[in-house]
Amino acid sequence: MLTIVYATAFYAVSLLLIFALGRRIWLYATTPAPLKIPTTPAPLTKGGVALRMLREVTVFQSLFRANKWIWLFGWIFHVSLAVVLLRHLRYFLQPVPLPIVLIQPFGVIAGFAMVAGLLALWARRFVVERIRYISGPSDHLILALLVSIGLSGLTMKFLARTDIVSVKEFFLGLMYFDWRPLPADPALIVHLTLVLVLMVVFPFSKLLHAPGVFFSPSRNQADDTRERRYVGSAKLESTPRRA
Amino acid sequence: MAEASSDFDPKEKVHGDPIELPHIQCGAMAGTMPFKAAPGHMQPLGFPGELVEDWHDKAIARLGELLDGNKALRVYLDSCVKCGACTDKCHYFLGTSDPKNMPVARQDLLRKVYRRHFTFAGKYFPSLVGAEDLTKEVLDDWYSYFHQCSECRRCSVFCPYGIDTAEITMAGRDILDTIGVGSKYTNEIIGKVFTVGNNLGLPPKALKATLEGLEEELEEETGLPIKLPLDVKGADILLVTPSADFFASPHMEGLMGYAKVFHEAGVSWTLSTHAAEAANFGMFIGSTENMQKISLRIRDAAKDLGVKRLVFGECGHAWRVAYSFLDTLAGPFDFLDPNYPIPQHIVEFTYDMIQRGKLRFDKSKNDAFRLTFHDSCNVARASRMGDEPGGQFELPRAVLRAVCNYYFDMAPETIRDQTFCCGGGGGLLSDDIMDVRVKGAMPRMRALKDVAEENGVTHMAAICAICKAQFSKVLPQYGFDREAIVSVHQMVSNAIILTGSVQAKELEESGHE
Repeated sequence: MLTIVYATAFYAVSLLLIFALGRRIWLYATTPAPLKIPTTPAPLTKGGVALRMLREVTVFQSLFRANKWIWLFGWIFHVSLAVVLLRHLRYFLQPVPLPIVLIQPFGVIAGFAMVAGLLALWARRFVVERIRYISGPSDHLILALLVSIGLSGLTMKFLARTDIVSVKEFFLGLMYFDWRPLPADPALIVHLTLVLVLMVVFPFSKLLHAPGVFFSPSRNQADDTRERRYVGSAKLESTPRRA
Repeated sequence: MAEASSDFDPKEKVHGDPIELPHIQCGAMAGTMPFKAAPGHMQPLGFPGELVEDWHDKAIARLGELLDGNKALRVYLDSCVKCGACTDKCHYFLGTSDPKNMPVARQDLLRKVYRRHFTFAGKYFPSLVGAEDLTKEVLDDWYSYFHQCSECRRCSVFCPYGIDTAEITMAGRDILDTIGVGSKYTNEIIGKVFTVGNNLGLPPKALKATLEGLEEELEEETGLPIKLPLDVKGADILLVTPSADFFASPHMEGLMGYAKVFHEAGVSWTLSTHAAEAANFGMFIGSTENMQKISLRIRDAAKDLGVKRLVFGECGHAWRVAYSFLDTLAGPFDFLDPNYPIPQHIVEFTYDMIQRGKLRFDKSKNDAFRLTFHDSCNVARASRMGDEPGGQFELPRAVLRAVCNYYFDMAPETIRDQTFCCGGGGGLLSDDIMDVRVKGAMPRMRALKDVAEENGVTHMAAICAICKAQFSKVLPQYGFDREAIVSVHQMVSNAIILTGSVQAKELEESGHE
């Protein structure tokens, strides 16, 4: 029963995530950007823009200039999350590729760092007056969700160990449509349930910043209006010019 | 309005760290707003004369149109994570302490309505995600706080997603105009551009007389017949400059500077009565339609006069529209000479002449000026000069250093792309919101105070008509001289030694002694 419920849930939620997120990204990609609005100084070429974007999504360049504390906590959280996600690939790949094997110990450290970063970011929402003012219920709930996912994961590793071999069989079974039983372990069930919630919430929440940043005109446009004529919308272009 | 300003004494406030954080004071600036436009100021721009009956549905429909037509708006309304990076970056927040002047909070005024009507979460779980209906109170907040933003983009520099509050403010003002609520200051001015040709409503005859007066002044000063040509067909260069250059100080001194540079460079140039205005307030109100209509005047003037080049005078947002938008709005400009930048900034023109050794200066003529430079936001964060990114910072400084002996920069966190708005940009240069303007100028005034005390700086140069006008008003309030604000080309004008001029002869004589 448990297996059927979770297997079905993972299929349904994955489809929802793909379609809802895909639709959102489609909207971002197809909505016209009528004018050139890069925040300058901006790169003059597309290659330069790619580098700017790379710096934004890997080292959070703008955030670093803005506020060192938010940067530090936010960066620790995001990098840790990335490492944790990579570590989790071992539950979905057989055989496990060497790089994924090698990062396993770092993945554990990252698990702690991720929770620590999240707690620090959360603390700011209470301690710093300005950030308290702009924080709403959903901001707290998403932090609670992410912290709970991290803690339930760490619980399985250090407090109540789960039959990880069966878990992997369950997920490989999902991927190859050859269902295997999911262990009825409380920490695991909590962990997976929260992950399902996160997948549902993702395309309907501020987590959309993840795809959003790539479509941000102030960051993804080249500063080249004098070199190349920019036509961003049919409407502006179709306004008649006097002959 | 008076109440909010009673505990704000600029002469006290001028001391301190420009980026000092205030404690938030909820509602400190609530209800502060510019006068609303009369029907006669709205209708010529294609807006309803007054608040329409079905304003709620019209506003939501307009928001939907804007979302479909502007990627920035759609992405920015979704992407904010409330990290707080922008919260201490707005000069209006630093000056007023009103939390709704924090960029994220200003955005949220629109975002909460967007969420309510355009997102799943906001439709079904409004209180969870801060979604709210568009009520009369929210509408009042929009009018008030979207007119306490100068669209300066300082917040967008620091946002990890580049969210630009200017885009949100523009959308907010556009929606307001669409339902019949507009700002008198901006909309009346746009009307004048359409009927008379410039923001000031200066008719062609008066313009001609003014220019002739300036020519006389120039001849008296230099002994040379320096011209300020108007509507000269077949001239090489069309100069488009803010109309403030035609009548007020220190703008006029800048215009005389351009004329001297053009004279020495030996180029033929002209102004146009049809496009006797570089400013484009269509941008301020977020109305692409009006912005395009205003831009097309410049194209028409360039075509009618048969010029080969387009040069813009010292005006911040005008340079943004010219550099970033003009080709899109009114191009292609394939009838101009491709060997020159289209368009070119007057500072680029002068810088180029200096580089080529065509201009001679006597820096000591500016020894009474110990200068600093105020980067105007639209030039700094929304355009470029020269061939390299950041040329918009280097070129004006290079020109100033070429014409004066004493130059000092203000604190690094207040200049270049981190520059603070003068407090009067984005369509807020209206006396009915003087309170907002004075408070918004605080970070810049503090940075100026620092270099005044540290380096004995006496004057601040700028390349924006709005900055110059705003500083002329607020400098005295902060205890500075009203004339401490100067044009960059005023400094050029002071120091330039024109071939064959009285100054050149004087210099030769003193050299022989």
